[in-house]
Amino acid sequence: MKHIDAAAHTRGESQYVDDLPQPAKMLYAAVFSSDVAHGDIIKIETEKTRVLPGVVAILTAKDIPGENQIGPIIQDETLLADGKVHYVGEPVALVVATSPETAHKAAKQISMKVKALPAITDPRVAFAKGEIIGTPRTFHLGDVDSAWSQCDLIVEGRCDISGQEHVYLETQRARAVPLEGGVIRIHSSTQSPAAVQRASAKILGVPSNKIEVDVKRLGGGFGGKEDQATAWSCLVALAAWHTGKPVELVLSRHDDIKMTGKRHPYSSDFKIGVTKDGKILAYEVKHYQNSGATADLSTAVLERTMFHSTNSYFIPNVKISAACCRTNLPPNTAFRGFGGPQGMFVIESAIAKAAEKLGLPREEMQYKNLLQEGDMLPYGQRTADTRSRLTWDEADKAYNIAAIHKRVESYNETHFETKKGFAVMPICFGISFTNTMLNQASSLVHVYTDGSVSVSTGGVEMGQGLITNLAAIAAKAFGIRSERIKIESTNTTRVANMSASAASATTDLNGHATLLAIEQILDRLKMLLVHEQHVSHAEKVTIVDEQVLYDGKPTGWNWTKLVQKAYTSRVALSAHGFYATPGIWFDRTKEKGHPFAYHVFGTAIIEVTVDCLRGTYDINSAKIVHDLGRPINEIVDRGQIEGGLAQGLGWMTLEELKFDDTGHYLSNSLATYKLPDVYFIPDLLEVKLLENVDNPRGPYGTKAVGEPPLMYGIGAFFALRHAMRAFRPKVDFPFHSPLTPEKVLMQLHAEVVEEMKNGELVRKAKKAKTQKVSKIIL
Amino acid sequence: MSQTTQFILNDRDVTTTEPAGMLVLDYLRRREHLVGTKEGCKEGDCGACVVLVGELNGTKVKYKPVTSCLMPLGELHGKHLVTVEGLNMAQLTPVQQAIVDEGGSQCGFCTPGIVVSLTGYLMNAGTAVDDEGIKYALGGNLCRCTGYGSLKRAGSVLIQQFGNGSAFAKRTKSKNSIAELIRAKALPEYFKSIPARLKKISKPRLKNGKIDHFIAGGTDLYVQRGDVIPETRVNVLNLHPEMKGITVTNGKVKLGALTTFEEFADHPGIIKIIPRIKEYMHLNASWQIRNRATLGGNIVNASPIGDMTALLLALESTLVLSDSDPLRRKNGRKRRTVPMKSFFKGYKILDKKPNEILTEIIFPRPKAGSKIHFEKVSKRKTLDIASVNSAIKIRAPKGVIAEVELSMGGVAPVPLFMKNTCAFLKGKPVTARSILNAIQVAMNEIAPISDIRGAAEYKRLLVRQLIIAHFTKLFPEFVTVRDFYEAH
Repeated sequence: MKHIDAAAHTRGESQYVDDLPQPAKMLYAAVFSSDVAHGDIIKIETEKTRVLPGVVAILTAKDIPGENQIGPIIQDETLLADGKVHYVGEPVALVVATSPETAHKAAKQISMKVKALPAITDPRVAFAKGEIIGTPRTFHLGDVDSAWSQCDLIVEGRCDISGQEHVYLETQRARAVPLEGGVIRIHSSTQSPAAVQRASAKILGVPSNKIEVDVKRLGGGFGGKEDQATAWSCLVALAAWHTGKPVELVLSRHDDIKMTGKRHPYSSDFKIGVTKDGKILAYEVKHYQNSGATADLSTAVLERTMFHSTNSYFIPNVKISAACCRTNLPPNTAFRGFGGPQGMFVIESAIAKAAEKLGLPREEMQYKNLLQEGDMLPYGQRTADTRSRLTWDEADKAYNIAAIHKRVESYNETHFETKKGFAVMPICFGISFTNTMLNQASSLVHVYTDGSVSVSTGGVEMGQGLITNLAAIAAKAFGIRSERIKIESTNTTRVANMSASAASATTDLNGHATLLAIEQILDRLKMLLVHEQHVSHAEKVTIVDEQVLYDGKPTGWNWTKLVQKAYTSRVALSAHGFYATPGIWFDRTKEKGHPFAYHVFGTAIIEVTVDCLRGTYDINSAKIVHDLGRPINEIVDRGQIEGGLAQGLGWMTLEELKFDDTGHYLSNSLATYKLPDVYFIPDLLEVKLLENVDNPRGPYGTKAVGEPPLMYGIGAFFALRHAMRAFRPKVDFPFHSPLTPEKVLMQLHAEVVEEMKNGELVRKAKKAKTQKVSKIIL
Repeated sequence: MSQTTQFILNDRDVTTTEPAGMLVLDYLRRREHLVGTKEGCKEGDCGACVVLVGELNGTKVKYKPVTSCLMPLGELHGKHLVTVEGLNMAQLTPVQQAIVDEGGSQCGFCTPGIVVSLTGYLMNAGTAVDDEGIKYALGGNLCRCTGYGSLKRAGSVLIQQFGNGSAFAKRTKSKNSIAELIRAKALPEYFKSIPARLKKISKPRLKNGKIDHFIAGGTDLYVQRGDVIPETRVNVLNLHPEMKGITVTNGKVKLGALTTFEEFADHPGIIKIIPRIKEYMHLNASWQIRNRATLGGNIVNASPIGDMTALLLALESTLVLSDSDPLRRKNGRKRRTVPMKSFFKGYKILDKKPNEILTEIIFPRPKAGSKIHFEKVSKRKTLDIASVNSAIKIRAPKGVIAEVELSMGGVAPVPLFMKNTCAFLKGKPVTARSILNAIQVAMNEIAPISDIRGAAEYKRLLVRQLIIAHFTKLFPEFVTVRDFYEAH
């Protein structure tokens, strides 16, 4: 089965928020935001702007009729700045005008007087000053303190991990349309319609049933629209409330990068203790999360960093501490992996450093410590159906890791200007929202009298293939053709209180809920058949290829006849299914529990070539063995694996989020923020799925797929490090991501750089004609 | 200042008085409500807005994919504009079908641009459709969902259908490929009628009067001033074919200032002089941008990091400046030449009067034995702005440097001709020693600053590395990279 929307996508007929037909008299909004990272607002100057032709309204905090508050977990975030600004790009005022051009021009004419306060951009500085969001947390397993003495080698180090801009191709946008009775319908590009509904109702001071949120699809989300689509929807709702007209807001790419949060940068300290043959006995890590100016989802992201701090390894003695550090940057937020990748990067760095010290191949040490069935994870859950070694062994069988190592080494012996490197990257990623409460979902299924089916769930289609998966699940459950299934837009009037489409769990949760709804309808239909055909056992009724069978034999009825008969017999053809993931819990007072329904496992091998003269590099290949359980749709799943990998590769290499000390993003456009293009991603990209593996906790045995593959990309960092160490053996390069061509070249030629810094090269150059220059050669 | 622009939009004749400087993308989405063309970045980096522009060339129409977010509406006069909607037929085209079958579309936002780019590729590649070509075609399209694997597989399907050995290829030999693509249901029927219909549109009148913006390719101008240009008086230079064209004579190469990057790199005469020009050009922009970006624009934009500027500087180019008024220019008035080496006076300050425009670039044909090389390092190898770029033209018979011209971009307020370094190198043998000494001279000639393209120290280091790269690439018989390390 293909992506359901794909044909319309290729024809340019799929509609995104601002592609919908424009209602008459629609107004357009633009945001005026702070240019100062931290300060007290003295005055917002809007008088000159208000009189511009075409400007209809300028709204500030004082125009909010309800509560000026949109914080999703901690109530610390205003919709429009009130008295203070906390980051560059913080929305201060909304201009509403008759055209988008007028709105943007007018927004540029607003000015604001601010008394600047000191700004913090470094999480360690924030931590030292007590700027902490929520409470710092610690996970313990075993006893690290007494374990150090048993170690043959203890290595310490520091990681500095950069953030990442989502670059959903469709920037943030929303349209609000006032309806009768004070209802406002919001078309939003959000992963979380219920969050938009709740926040808009609060902003306007109206009950939630006055706000209808409808989401057809997103032009990419990746976590960037989990919570951070909310503000723009609230703003257009506010503008529609004031003007009584439909209002649309589309952020330009510049505004989007400036105003929205990103993947959290982290700074972390690690200490790892190992035996001389590479067995890890103890691991201690401290994570300083750069949370940005408000909490957003940071506390939940931090928690997942802690859950994944030992990645796919069993370590008997572990201490993981972490804190959300408040800085004057846009509030950082969810991004595919949700803190997990940062946790994994640090343990991979610790292993790399220890293996280098021991003189062991890194992959040998990784393998030695991989999780085995029943191993205890630092948060108190034992692994089940553990496939760490299985995916690694399958990768080894298919690609021969020792042979790759040998091939790379012999290449490096015979090449000087270019060096190759490779890395193996195993992953273990927990599936479920770590906040147990969120693991619930609803589905509303209608069967029409012609046998066609409508399915509404709380899940949002953002390219991940949700609706294709749901259609496949529904068709299979009913026993009918998938063409009969239509997956509706996600709408808060049809499905209430949905959790965000996030945590890789959208198909799991909404698929299960849909199955439960379908089961109810099928039960009724089966009872009808039992009644009409005078047979005895409803459980013997099945529908296969649209034919209704009893005990495996034709009954003479097909699907449409069954449905028509149900209608005329006044049998309900609609049902609502509700699913709550069973068996999961977590006790935050003890920091122990069973937070995940299951784990996803996999192993990737990444190979690279570094041009040591220029500092540039190519990723030559990525080979992956991935655990999907029983895939629902291989095209969709493969797309998730390859796409996740690409984002992970980009995060580790090119995607450099630069900001200055005053909290301004310097990489504020796609001309300055570079993500992988068609040339960057290797042509040699192989994905093998584990065969004949089940997952009793996923619908039809499937496993979640959205986030885990991103973390394969971490291998690129260590493959590059491997190549760099071939050019400069024994150098302990910093664990500072992303490893851009600039960092590679500067680190490979650190001595030349040092001489240049000291001005030696320049001074020497003045006497160049007479001087011998052998000293500065390297 | 209203001006009429007449063109064909998909299958429809259009006459509009919207401002000539309005972006084609805004025109499509806001005026025509053709919303298949998407806005992703509005600076030519993502390709969500790619459209095809067809231009009459004799009896045929030549189509090129371009980013509609950087193109002035006025330039469409007499042309055929094709959006994704203009490719749609009752059934999916082979490009659309291949993307659907291979899962090449996830969120769908980048997909229309990709469909248009690949279709434009089929229209240009003839039967030479291959894997490298598919990537070439997608070089200007970002996709954040797929990781490109499924798009490359869709490309493989197209190669089977249209590439060498296919039934299509057998039919198409020396025939009109547009007609064959229509037969293959890759293009709608109406494309047949376009040449005759374009012929009926009269030529635009030459305009004079006060002009705020002269627009050539617009690929940089719109990035910088896209929000103000639509409301100003613009002169769309591409309506003036006299500023186009390449002539290679024995002694000189003359380039019309409106020559695009792609035209330059495709020209047989240029390839003869710079055999690896296509390899170099691959590092500069994307196909979609190179179809628009002009050599003259690259120079006049005066970015210290202009890629073609660096190359033309090392080729010892001379610039021809003419009257900006097209009528007076026609009468050949006010022509002046300036050596490129003295054209850049300071950051974005040029030896050019307000009433002058750059009309022609002339460089001497390199002497026999001359070698030319271009180096560029950027964060992403393709479609990125350089941290440092550099070009060299050098003649070193028997390993002794007789002539050398070296330029460096990104290391000073202007595109830098490395005068002292060249002077130092003249007469020296091609050895690691003399190259290292030259690097020291170079260090005193540059003044890089730290910015988003890299720290100043990084750029200094790159200057060193790229000088080594030039010599080790061009003279492997005399120096290798290892020589610069083993002397240590």
